[in-house]
Amino acid sequence: MHAFVPFAAIISSSLFILALMWMSHPSTARRGVRAGEIGMLVAIVGALVQHEVVDYNLIIIAMIAGAAVGIPMALLMPMTAIPQRTAISHAFGALAVGLIGAAEYYKHAHAEYAGSFIVWALMFEMLLGFLTCTASVIAFAKLQELMGSRPVSFPGQRIVNGVVALAAVVIGAMLAIDPTQTWLFPAFVALALLFGILMVIPIGGADMPTVIALLNSYAGLAASAMGFALGNKLLIVAGALDGASGFILAVIMCKAMNRSFANVMFGGFGTVVAG
Amino acid sequence: MSALNPDYLFVFILAAFVGFQLIKKVSPLLHSPLMSLTNAIAAVVIVGAITITGEEGATPLAKTLGFIAVFCATVNLVSGFMITDRMLKMFKPRGK
Repeated sequence: MHAFVPFAAIISSSLFILALMWMSHPSTARRGVRAGEIGMLVAIVGALVQHEVVDYNLIIIAMIAGAAVGIPMALLMPMTAIPQRTAISHAFGALAVGLIGAAEYYKHAHAEYAGSFIVWALMFEMLLGFLTCTASVIAFAKLQELMGSRPVSFPGQRIVNGVVALAAVVIGAMLAIDPTQTWLFPAFVALALLFGILMVIPIGGADMPTVIALLNSYAGLAASAMGFALGNKLLIVAGALDGASGFILAVIMCKAMNRSFANVMFGGFGTVVAG
Repeated sequence: MSALNPDYLFVFILAAFVGFQLIKKVSPLLHSPLMSLTNAIAAVVIVGAITITGEEGATPLAKTLGFIAVFCATVNLVSGFMITDRMLKMFKPRGK
């Protein structure tokens, strides 16, 4: 069975590529979804039969619980609420990315990993993962009208955002250089989460789909970073596909709205942007 | 394994180019389902979550974090694929 593992990665990577390819035309789109589903199934089976995996109880319970939450979420959401559903599903995925990164970080919190590539990759992964998580929650709240969909701005916003982002990056770098400083770790997570919120509150509700596409791209890059850290090529491929496609989709959507990319990302600061 | 393996970078770059090429020509009609599909594919991180949770000698902390991660990734995965499918069902009459 173990010999199957590397092939599982190849098969599911190919199926993911086919899924995106078929997805680009309405007549083959549903076939694309099937390809993606089969690819995911192969990936999961491949992960389960790894010889490192010895305990299945928790995994099975978690998967059943996840399905029990995910299925109603997909079925009960009205079709008009699609963008926010994607956003909330995204928040879950990004949280998973962040938590995996955290577990891996604690595994590598030893002096011998100081400054190693693995820890750098993990820090990058967690930064993107956690910020995508809160950013997606805010995107969801804005689209669901749980909070005002108008851009939220306050004086000195750019400076505050810049300081928070910089602080997160600096602490991440400190942890990568010396992973034994575990007391800094919660601060790093908190700053990444906070930056996710700050990043999205100044963006208006109408621009949210673009933001969600961009967050898709971040989640993809985070998955890739995790692949680099864990030495898993499937994660690298799937993450790169998502990263690239999410980004290009965000750019296409901006063009469709006749807006520049920078305008959507930074235009919300201070003023309501004229279309 | 403490340095960047160039093989991985190679794989990453090629996959990123494939991603760009595939999406460049997608019809605007399919933007939402596509976003939903890439969202579902991002749930592939469940692979990492499974490894962490089930690993031999996993610490209680790793198991707890892994457990939540498997749960979250499954929610993302299931709802991502199902909603994509639901969206596409609406297209069917037009597609045929």
